[in-house]
Amino acid sequence: MKKRSEVLYFTLRNKKLLIGSGIILFFLILALIGPTFTKYKPLEYASPRGAEPPSTHFWMGTTFFGQDVFSQFVNGLRATFVVGLLGGGLGTLVGMLIGFTAGYRGGIVDEILNAFTNIVLVIPTLAVLLIIAAYLQVRSLLMECLFIGLTAWPWVARAIRAQTFSLRTREFVDLAKLSGMKPLRIIRDEIAPNMMSYLVLVFILQFGGAILTAATLDFIGLGPTNTISLGLMMQYAVLWGALPFGMWWWFVPPGLAITAIVGALYSMNVGLDEIFNPKLREI
Amino acid sequence: MAFKVENLTVYYQTLRGDVRALEHASFQLVDGEIMGLAGESGCGKTTLGHSLIVLFPPMKYISGRVEVDGEEIPIWDAEGMNTHRFRKISLIPQYAMNAMNPIRKIGVMIRELLESRGVHYKDILPELKRRLDLVALPHEVLKMYPIELSGGMKQRMVMVISSLLNPSLLIADEITSALDVATQKAVAEMLVEFRDREFVKNLIVITHDISILYQIADSILIMYAGVLAEKAPTRSIIESPRHPYTRLLISALPEVGVRFAEKRLQGIPGNPPLLLNPPTGCRFRERCPLAYERCLEEPPFIEVERDHFVACWKEYENHAQAG
Amino acid sequence: MRRYLIRKMVIYALTFFLAVTIDWLIPRFMPGDPIRNMLTRVSVASNATAIQMMYDYYARLFGLDLPLWQQYLNFWKALFQGDLGISTYLFPTPVVDVLKRAVPYDVFLLVPAVLLGWYTGNKFGAFAARSKRLDNFVLPISYILTATPYMWLGILMAWFFGIVVGIFPIAGAYSFSLRPTWSVTFLLDLLHHWFLPFASLFIIEFGGWAIGMRNMIIYELEAEYSRYLNALGAPKSLVRKYAFDNAILPQITGLALKLGVIVAGALVTEVVFSYPGIGYLLLAAIQNQDYFLIQGCFLFIVLGVLIANFVIDLVYLVVDPRTRRGMVGESA
Repeated sequence: MKKRSEVLYFTLRNKKLLIGSGIILFFLILALIGPTFTKYKPLEYASPRGAEPPSTHFWMGTTFFGQDVFSQFVNGLRATFVVGLLGGGLGTLVGMLIGFTAGYRGGIVDEILNAFTNIVLVIPTLAVLLIIAAYLQVRSLLMECLFIGLTAWPWVARAIRAQTFSLRTREFVDLAKLSGMKPLRIIRDEIAPNMMSYLVLVFILQFGGAILTAATLDFIGLGPTNTISLGLMMQYAVLWGALPFGMWWWFVPPGLAITAIVGALYSMNVGLDEIFNPKLREI
Repeated sequence: MAFKVENLTVYYQTLRGDVRALEHASFQLVDGEIMGLAGESGCGKTTLGHSLIVLFPPMKYISGRVEVDGEEIPIWDAEGMNTHRFRKISLIPQYAMNAMNPIRKIGVMIRELLESRGVHYKDILPELKRRLDLVALPHEVLKMYPIELSGGMKQRMVMVISSLLNPSLLIADEITSALDVATQKAVAEMLVEFRDREFVKNLIVITHDISILYQIADSILIMYAGVLAEKAPTRSIIESPRHPYTRLLISALPEVGVRFAEKRLQGIPGNPPLLLNPPTGCRFRERCPLAYERCLEEPPFIEVERDHFVACWKEYENHAQAG
Repeated sequence: MRRYLIRKMVIYALTFFLAVTIDWLIPRFMPGDPIRNMLTRVSVASNATAIQMMYDYYARLFGLDLPLWQQYLNFWKALFQGDLGISTYLFPTPVVDVLKRAVPYDVFLLVPAVLLGWYTGNKFGAFAARSKRLDNFVLPISYILTATPYMWLGILMAWFFGIVVGIFPIAGAYSFSLRPTWSVTFLLDLLHHWFLPFASLFIIEFGGWAIGMRNMIIYELEAEYSRYLNALGAPKSLVRKYAFDNAILPQITGLALKLGVIVAGALVTEVVFSYPGIGYLLLAAIQNQDYFLIQGCFLFIVLGVLIANFVIDLVYLVVDPRTRRGMVGESA
């Protein structure tokens, strides 16, 4: 079997990957088209009666202020995906650049970048994020993505650096060098394909991690100030007495969605790992 | 017979079916015989070597019988084999350089290993030290961590460990592949020393480097695509090989002192067959210059001369004619 | 070995210096005016000149009228004297005292949760790695646990055990009706309030470590030294022991990183359960623009992280012979 069709064969049969992508797809579709089905805007005071459990009119009930939980939910889903994509993407990108440069060049460049990575790693990111976020009174979703990306990259850098090291010393790279290939071509033709699969795995983890971090930031009140998100829903719920009054429909769906999405991402990750690494495939 | 293998068949279980890595291998060794096991990559020599001591998944035992010192050993039974491992049959693995626990001092690791096999470390320590001297390792290595040793030193250390309990059969799997030529010679000679001092009764030396075997092996077994092709005393293999594959193999070796100014070094054209669905009959027939219709049927591995076994119809016919 | 230690110390010293500087810089460039903030809360004067006088007084008191570079040097000086200034949010309590009151709650909550979670998680992960049936059952659960946003788990637990079943309180470190004393009633009440936040932290820790250890053990069981032991007929117990000893090493560095992050991470727990720890304090300080409290909290967190990391580095030196011999592994 050719390499590409072999990958496809295993891709289509891997349960973890299929179930994971299925869940992600479900939520993605919900996030994309959901808001068009809502009668009310997320922060609009839809019901004068305040908090109500789910009904045929309000699919997920209403908040303490009479806002439509379903509307908040699907709009929050959008924010979640944006953060995952941009925040996770940025972290992956920065980490990849730094890790790859350090791993490929070695020597003094590696030492410097390594020290830098270590310092950033040691600093407790949440504390820094808290303080930076406190600087800016008005924050956008984009800024949150920026914070997350710029603080999550050290882990990626380390992993990519280790991977680059191991790839760099493999025989096929030496062969390429001996045959006089230009360094850029070596990177493109020999190293990059092997890194690709690894990068995909790393990105998926960063995606999930970004979502979790964003939810935490939003929950503490340091998330974006002009949009609704799943983390914010939970913050409001706790702030406005959802616990003692038992308004479970307000805080259960957002947390459930995040758990499902991130869990699906991890599942996809394990599945993809099995596909890319034949040793892990179960007979 | 010190060592006997009858019809050993071992497959690899894969998602696409069973890879027929080793098919009805049969051979015997007399006491003190050092047999080289040679062939191309993927010919089954490592499968044969390993199946004698430990069958890892996805390796699957299909059939066959193995006898050591007249006693059958149950290679299909992972638990049952444990009593024999290290004592009767031992292995110097291909990855000898990484075979020791990196976070244990070597002496401690040996002690823990021996104690777990019911041997008192203190009792065997003097012998251990003697063997270290034999392989030119200072006694201090016992207090060091594997990372402090060079590749060659680690190799020799593992050789000592594997042969410590004087096994009847010692399998050496590609132990010279990662070494420089001078160390290769030293290591090969140490193997012979082990046999001469009767630390081990039989040695199976797996390698793709026939020149080493020429130095130390009493006999050589050539394998091709999972079946045995030829087994004979070393001299016969090198000077008068009978199997077409062996002949091509030997002629493909560069000769010392001969210059090929105009001629290119000839390999054997073609590739060995994939063993997922091996061809019927003789597995070498597609590359064999002497192949004919009979080769569609698999030739038996028979003794055509004293101690000289071949699996080839041409040889079979010659032998039958000679009476 | 000396090279290793010196290198680490240099990095830590650098980070400390950087952190203190950033720590000092941050509040100065934050929007808002802490003194004005404090004054609006504390004073009753409506007279403009009176307010201005009080403002100048406090500005001098807090040293905010001095040029920036002098403030910076004063900060370092005060730091070595153990003086972190006076809180404006909780005026006139010195920052050090505010911190001192909050620290025990954090330690009480975090240390058992992380250590216990680490210990049991690792043991359990190792166990799951060798039993296929247990693994198939436990692995998905662990993955779901790590995918759960922490606050949601906390909220669910608070809701279920606190409201639905009603056996645990969901806010505060102790009942509002009690005063802190060394009485049994108080201690029991403390534990009662402590349990839910502790349990939620513990569960998350447990899940994470279990998965990590399981993966490490599986990796080590397939390592070449394991194969060699198997070939030589070593009993499974020895092979497992070696695999465990090798697998635990990266878990130890992981512990250091975790301890570092969790000092700030308990913040979420503290918000969900209204538990008065450092994180909660930092949040309040930010919301009230209390410069000195922010400085103090952040410094404390960074210091804690650096010390924890350094301790673990020392531990690693003892535990991994490769580091002692000067070979640095992937953890460099």
